[in-house]
Amino acid sequence: MSTLRERILRQLGSAVEQLASSAPEQIPLFRAQREQFNEAARTMKYAEARLVAEWATDETGFGRGFAVYACYNRGTEFLIVKSELPEDDPSFPSIYRKYVSSWRFERQMKSLMGVAPLGLPDSRPWIKHEDWPPNTWPLRKSFDPATRMPRVEGSYRWIRAEGEGVYEIPVGPVHAGIIEPGHFRFQAVGEEILNLEERLGYAHKGIEKRFEALSWEEGARLAGRISGDTTVAHALCYSRAVETMTGCTPPERALWLRALLLERERIANHLGDIAAVCNDVAFAFLFFQFNILKERLVRTNGRLFGHRFMMDRIVPGGVVADLETGGIGEMLEELDRFLPEFERLVVMYDNNPSLEDRVRDTGILAPDTARELGVVGIVARASGQALDSRIQCPFPPYDSMVPDIPVYSAGDVNARVWVRIEEIRASVQLIRQFLETAPEGELRVPLPVPAPGKSGLALVEGWRGEIACWVEAGPKGEINRCMVRDPSSVTWLGLEQCIHGNIVPDFPVCNKSFNASYSGHDL
Amino acid sequence: MFRILHQIFRTGVVTEPLPVEVEAEVIETGAKLEEAIRRKFRRSLVIRQVDAGSCNGCELEIHAMNNALYNCERFGIHFTASPRFADMLLVTGPVSVNMEIALRRTYLATPAPKLVVAVGDCGCDGGIFGESYASLGGIAKVIPVDARIPGCPPKPADLLAGILKVIE
Repeated sequence: MSTLRERILRQLGSAVEQLASSAPEQIPLFRAQREQFNEAARTMKYAEARLVAEWATDETGFGRGFAVYACYNRGTEFLIVKSELPEDDPSFPSIYRKYVSSWRFERQMKSLMGVAPLGLPDSRPWIKHEDWPPNTWPLRKSFDPATRMPRVEGSYRWIRAEGEGVYEIPVGPVHAGIIEPGHFRFQAVGEEILNLEERLGYAHKGIEKRFEALSWEEGARLAGRISGDTTVAHALCYSRAVETMTGCTPPERALWLRALLLERERIANHLGDIAAVCNDVAFAFLFFQFNILKERLVRTNGRLFGHRFMMDRIVPGGVVADLETGGIGEMLEELDRFLPEFERLVVMYDNNPSLEDRVRDTGILAPDTARELGVVGIVARASGQALDSRIQCPFPPYDSMVPDIPVYSAGDVNARVWVRIEEIRASVQLIRQFLETAPEGELRVPLPVPAPGKSGLALVEGWRGEIACWVEAGPKGEINRCMVRDPSSVTWLGLEQCIHGNIVPDFPVCNKSFNASYSGHDL
Repeated sequence: MFRILHQIFRTGVVTEPLPVEVEAEVIETGAKLEEAIRRKFRRSLVIRQVDAGSCNGCELEIHAMNNALYNCERFGIHFTASPRFADMLLVTGPVSVNMEIALRRTYLATPAPKLVVAVGDCGCDGGIFGESYASLGGIAKVIPVDARIPGCPPKPADLLAGILKVIE
């Protein structure tokens, strides 16, 4: 089978050219004529590649106009296609017909950068709400981030359903629980949901624009607050993107500590999610039990690393927290206590028919749909997709210590819970392996100054799934663009698709089984 | 069923006291909270939490206040789904432009007298997100705030202490 690179070269020939400004070396960047942007997508689709992310940049600082990018993946291969757009006509052919997930990527690019996807059937804004003034594109360089936007009259065209007995349920943005803001609109008949339409963007804080006012070092603090529950993975992904771009290799001990933090974050969040799924089907007992285990882990984090969620421990060039000598023993003892407790609870989850009745066959995301949508992480692995950045593009120590990843094909709430259960076991195993091989040495190296125009891509498997971060240095070596694609940007699409035919009272448990981030999506 | 009962008995009561450093603080704050809530709120302080655009970090710690170890309900603190029943709004920020109207409406839907507590560095002053085209900054920029609980995120013990301070 020919590689993605060969496919692009064969199909597009002289219409593409490989650029050297992108890192890492094994992820090639091709510049395609803009008319060929969707042709490249077609080629990738036929090669059975997945769309990782699609984004736009403002290159006016380099004396050019705008650019659009699409990153594709198949197995361990990654490839980026870029097309440059003139400033006075920033349009490009939409790739929506080949990749469904670009439906939201392109609406977002249009809303925030003002580039025009030709052929995209949905012209509604995304992230940007209808009461923003038209023709305000915050990600453009000409847009002052301090601009106060006046509210204007506007309306949003919802998908409607008509017929006898059809009714609508609007929910949010302020939800019933202690949850992030978002809006869901259901069309239902009786108890049965006909359709769900998500409306997000309520947590949009202008993160991508904010990056451009920060130094590369300060950026890690902001990255750690893209989604507070994924602070380790986001800070790590950002740091790795910056390091890749500048050719910086952090010390071995830093890499080791980062992986340790990443797996601890995974266990804690999975525990919270399993607890919450049980709670949403009114099984309060396991909700409290799993949360006791979670609280104990985050307390250990606080004691060993100085922060319960390990925020601000990872920076470009290394880490700023160390594990003291006694910490290894403490962590091993903790795991010895944790695992039997956890397994006892898993048996209870598994042996409870009334619980099983609620989670099995509920919220099914079929494997074919999951592949079409390009979902990642726990959602993908519960729907038959063997995707995991720790295996697809490993960085040390994952290159030598490979996690045992679970893949289920049922695609229901139960499968998403089981993926989490198995991942907790795998992460415990990984942490034990890590603790046996603690390298000594420095924690941080200085970050070289990036060359203007250089870019870097990094992929990190956070607990929700693959995070993609792409950074580009501007003419003065500053942050010209920092693109973040949280796994939620694609898994939110999965939630809409899994809900058809389910009953309204099962929506909370379906939603919880995805547990997509609002803040990570809205940025 | 037997397994569940067995687990309940073997777990026992895990609610503090526990041999950790926050313990004394939580016990002490809790006792004062209980007393203040008994005196001023007839034993029940009802809170509506509003996420006005946070990163979800503060929400994790607000959730933790409810876990079996902190168990804030024993002091009389209860989280409600509706602002109509709330004595207090616990608001995390920064307030995003897209959440401004919803936050104002939630505030108006809460019957007076009401307390508003801004939670987290971002709720206090916008934190790292600051003020921009998309972020209005701290909660006080949009609705009147009675107290602030800084921290990124504030720990459960800080949240309890902050709530105590505002009701005392």
